[in-house]
Amino acid sequence: MSGAAPSAVSQPANFEFTPDNMEKAKKIIAKYPAGKQASALLPLLDLAQRQNDNWLPRAAMDHVAQILEMPPIRVYEVATFYTMYNKEPVGKHLVQLCRTTPCWLRGSDGIQKACENKLGIHAGETTADGLFTLMEVECLGACANAPMVQINDDFYEDLTPESMEAILDALARGEKPKTGSQTGRQTSSPAGGRTSLTDAGEA
Amino acid sequence: MLSDKDRIFTNLYGFKDRTLEGARARGDWNGTADLIAKGAEWIINEVKESGLRGRGGAGFSTGLKWSFMPKNTGRPHYLVINADESEPGTCKDREILRNEPHKLIEGCLIGGFAMQANASYIYVRGEFYHEAMALEKAVEEAYAAGLLGKNAAGSGWDFDIYVHRGAGAYICGEETALLESLEGRKGQPRNKPPFPAQAGLYSCPTTVNNVESVAVVPTILRRGAPWFAGFGRPKNSGTKIFSISGHVNNPCNVEESMSITLRELIEKHAGGVRGGWDNLLGVIPGGSSTPVIPADQCNDLIMDFDALREKGSGLGTAAVIVMDKSTDIIEAIERLSHFYKHESCGQCTPCREGTGWMWRVMRRMVKGNARVEEIDMLFEVTKQVEGHTICALGDAAAWPIQGLIRHFRPEIEARIAKYTRNAGAIAAE
Amino acid sequence: MPKLTIDGIEIEVEAGTSVLQACEALGIEVPRFCYHERLSVAGNCRMCLVDMERAPKPVASCCMPVGEGMVIRTDTERVRKARNGVMEFLLINHPLDCPICDQGGECDLQDQAVAYGKNTSRYDENKRAVKNKEFGPLIKTVMTRCIHCTRCIRFAEEIAGVPVLGATYRGENMEVGTYVEKTLDSELSGNLVDICPVGALTSKPYAFHARPWELRKFESIDAMDAVGSNIRVDVRGGQVMRVLPRLNEAVNEEWISDKTRHAVDGLMKRRLDKPYVRGADGKLKAASWDEAFAAIAKRVAGLDGSKIGAIAGNQADAESMLLLKELMQSLGVASIDCRQDGAKLDATTRAGYLFNTTIAGIEQADAVLLIGTNPRKEAAIINARLRKRWTMGGFPVGVIGPQIDLTYDHSYLGAGPQSLEALLKGEGEFAAKLKAAQRPMIIVGMGALTRADGAQVLAAARQLAEQVGAVAEGWNGFNVLHTAAARVGGLDLGLVPAAGGRDVAGILDGADKGEVEVVYLLGADEIDASRLGKAFVIYQGHHGDVGAHHADVILPGAAYTEKEGTYVNTEGRVQRGRKAAFAPGDAREDWAILRALSAHLAKTLPYDDLASVRRRLVEVNPAFAHVDDVAPSAWGAFGAAGAMDAAPFVTAIDNFYQTCAISRASATMAECTEAFVKGRQEEGKTGTHG
Repeated sequence: MSGAAPSAVSQPANFEFTPDNMEKAKKIIAKYPAGKQASALLPLLDLAQRQNDNWLPRAAMDHVAQILEMPPIRVYEVATFYTMYNKEPVGKHLVQLCRTTPCWLRGSDGIQKACENKLGIHAGETTADGLFTLMEVECLGACANAPMVQINDDFYEDLTPESMEAILDALARGEKPKTGSQTGRQTSSPAGGRTSLTDAGEA
Repeated sequence: MLSDKDRIFTNLYGFKDRTLEGARARGDWNGTADLIAKGAEWIINEVKESGLRGRGGAGFSTGLKWSFMPKNTGRPHYLVINADESEPGTCKDREILRNEPHKLIEGCLIGGFAMQANASYIYVRGEFYHEAMALEKAVEEAYAAGLLGKNAAGSGWDFDIYVHRGAGAYICGEETALLESLEGRKGQPRNKPPFPAQAGLYSCPTTVNNVESVAVVPTILRRGAPWFAGFGRPKNSGTKIFSISGHVNNPCNVEESMSITLRELIEKHAGGVRGGWDNLLGVIPGGSSTPVIPADQCNDLIMDFDALREKGSGLGTAAVIVMDKSTDIIEAIERLSHFYKHESCGQCTPCREGTGWMWRVMRRMVKGNARVEEIDMLFEVTKQVEGHTICALGDAAAWPIQGLIRHFRPEIEARIAKYTRNAGAIAAE
Repeated sequence: MPKLTIDGIEIEVEAGTSVLQACEALGIEVPRFCYHERLSVAGNCRMCLVDMERAPKPVASCCMPVGEGMVIRTDTERVRKARNGVMEFLLINHPLDCPICDQGGECDLQDQAVAYGKNTSRYDENKRAVKNKEFGPLIKTVMTRCIHCTRCIRFAEEIAGVPVLGATYRGENMEVGTYVEKTLDSELSGNLVDICPVGALTSKPYAFHARPWELRKFESIDAMDAVGSNIRVDVRGGQVMRVLPRLNEAVNEEWISDKTRHAVDGLMKRRLDKPYVRGADGKLKAASWDEAFAAIAKRVAGLDGSKIGAIAGNQADAESMLLLKELMQSLGVASIDCRQDGAKLDATTRAGYLFNTTIAGIEQADAVLLIGTNPRKEAAIINARLRKRWTMGGFPVGVIGPQIDLTYDHSYLGAGPQSLEALLKGEGEFAAKLKAAQRPMIIVGMGALTRADGAQVLAAARQLAEQVGAVAEGWNGFNVLHTAAARVGGLDLGLVPAAGGRDVAGILDGADKGEVEVVYLLGADEIDASRLGKAFVIYQGHHGDVGAHHADVILPGAAYTEKEGTYVNTEGRVQRGRKAAFAPGDAREDWAILRALSAHLAKTLPYDDLASVRRRLVEVNPAFAHVDDVAPSAWGAFGAAGAMDAAPFVTAIDNFYQTCAISRASATMAECTEAFVKGRQEEGKTGTHG
């Protein structure tokens, strides 16, 4: 994570929002009071990253700085502070494996091994075909559904090494696997059947 | 055990309709304008009387916090919702965001009105993409139904809600770091004073509340402060969503009465400790920053602010991380140390330098590659971090290690002895 | 005013004061790294923790405002432990490479470690290593030493106005730098070295040159521009090793420009260390003082005063200018001038050529108009003060002249006199702002005054000042921004042509045509020397620059660090430079050279020591009695009526780094020119930026 020089990555010379995204950017900026456009920095960087194959090149940071009338360094600070901005290219599927205690207690080590075996890479690496990047991350806030990974925007929960491998296989085949709990339970309700909210129907 | 009729979050798991229509069927947005018509003073007083304490970890009286907002300043006031749920073990707000968004939205309007705020920003942790989208959708529904915007819900009060996504930083759950982030900067906590009520978002009077704290308010107002205050022990009242993770048979979120015992909570809702109650090693009762409580103190452990403080721990976010006897407790805590090192914003010295130091020593302790004296040194280092930083992350990084050393020192010593023995044996070969 | 108790002593301080400041007021020392009184408060180092009654934990005194009845303790066990802890944390990842660190001996971390540190380390882990950053020719970085106080970041953004520094990444990986390859393009960058409390940022040109305890320190005055920055000249073995700022709230606060700080390597190059006389073969030959004086006496003998001209340069001290003037008068010379650049300023009304508002007075102003000046290049320190005022808000800035980057926002009103005329007619938004201002300022620069119509521009500026109420009881908002350290002193002493005399242009013209036969250059190097023609040129000065190359006799003088010299800055502030080192070889202090020459010309000037010269200065102009102070100047008429030329104003200084013989001789300034000036010109050509 630490200070890799930005020049170490092949940076595109230019970045500009597509007209559609420029419209979105304007809508985002309008959420904040006049003169407080800097508030739109995080969302705009996210928008730029989504436009650019899930990574944020320098040119995009500069573009956003220009739109928000900020010194570029203030954008670089933010882009390097938050973990969700990828400062270098990532695979089509960014697999973020939670390693924090609640997931670890429920077998995140096994999930990690499953990923490594299946993909043939370690955390921080991208598969040669550019399909997968594996990252170890800290708590993603789905602890009652541990262990879990986040792949791009989606959470995959209640994982076993087998279900993890199945998800990766499905993604490799270009399918869209079911997100959320892999054991079939509804959100974070207890797996053994509801212990509360039982009286009300499904309405 | 709390009965379903007294549960606020009746769609906690999302079994039911999550839309506005469904929310209304469950009682949300029922007579909102009437509640507002009773006036800001009444609202704040009811919230105070209900005994509601902040659900984000610190446990400060929500009503009292609201009363700190200055009145008629002529400047914009803001209610900012902390949906940056990131404390390891904690996953309750996520369910509110995606399954009960209207409780939060209605709470924002009522709380916003009470604090003379015409706008609310809801800061959702960036990784909760779908949750933020669900919330956005609910906000749109509310606008379309006239529940937000001009004369929101027919209350006469103009109110806007904006959903703002973070981008991956635990520290943004600290209220002033959240405000910094919301203003487009790194999430580095501010020095206080000034407090947000005086100078918060854009230097304007601001209150930052946890999702759950605000989402329970409409129900409290509808059912009355005494109803809410009737649950739990005095000063620890109300219902509360507990997140139960780790070595239980059925990890889950569940809304329960405050002051429920740990054992009842785990056995009623989480299917019991894996391998039975006697297989319990210890529990982290309120999210990663609260010190571990060993099994021998867990039998009658009451889950509320004051009881857990008496045990040298805390209720925090009521995120119970259960560990059975198979747990390498040193590594369990080492992983938390790594978490805090990773999430330290780097701004102030004790945390920036101390979290890395503590984790590195902890990493050696996991192997036993340390000297026994280093246990005391580590404890001292945690004390050098604690209380010396701008925000509470330093404390949060220190406490789990302190809890470990306090309760599991023999395990650490044994690990060191084993490693030293092995190293000696290898050296002798 | 809140009353509080600190360590049992009661004190009353102004509301808004921090606890740390209150402690200082009582003389209680509070250690700190991130806190700097001229920067915003960060509160991040945690070294200044104190105990506050009823607070559950120690509070950072730098960002805790005082409150009525507050009880503070700085001397408790808890405070001591807290500070010891912070110190230990700062040191665990600090390399402790003091023996090879240039900050050694003047390092805040080193000093405070003595007070709060342990003598052994408990940290057994690997230390952090951080990649060094490239900040350009002036600043050396050893970022592993950085303690993340963020002073440099705040200085760059707040004082210098170039927000290019930041702290990227987070936690223990946080790094201070520019993130992208970018040098620090600011005329004030050298100050970063001073504010860095450790050896992360040190002076690149000074690297490994000297240790602080080897240096003799002299309090002096800078002569690189007309600001008169107060400096400390550090000398070892007769060599100026470095120049540092000296605190003077009225002038430079605690900043100096990069030229003031870093041109001094030029003092060791191209020096004139003995007299020279041009021989029959046309070549300059080393000579004795007597031979040099005799050559002058021979050429001047019997020559009519109208055939002689004298020009005083930009760094001449007042003492030598006085003697030059009196020597010329004794020879019947009327053609004398101190305005090398041809500024159309006369010496009659002092308020007409001073920066009357004063530098500190800028902070009281509520609007400013810049006419033909780029203070960022011409007087970087004054620009910093203007920026300081601007950051306080409510300070509209208008610019007439070339488009410039001042580091603060401004309204661009136009390129030349038409825009000035429009303001005089009250046209435009900015005219209304000036009129509405209670204490407006007008700053006229040499870009507007060195033109043929300079006197008319000056009159128009004066008229505008009067019109908008810039000159009133208790406020004088009319300002001339000089670029030469010697200029105001020269005008104060009347180094302008006497009746029938020629000005600089006239002298050169005369020399070119053969009407002027002898030209005396007192350190004058910024003239078109090609026009000296066949004139016999006497060059008195310290560097082999333009003047010396055309000289027939060279009299080696002393640079500003090598003499006791009086300088009057653009405000009219009389300040004394100190002799920190000896001039090289046979070179002498300049007033003494002129005194000796006068004897050889049988016009012996009546001064046997510096004191007698200085008494005479006061006789000639009582303003010289106000040392370190600004004597009030009466308003009056100045400038000349008449039409102004429509041509746009130009910039007086293109290359900030090379403006005098010393800075032109400086390798450091040449590097800066390469890095910042040429680089920028290239950028301008290709239209790229980054």
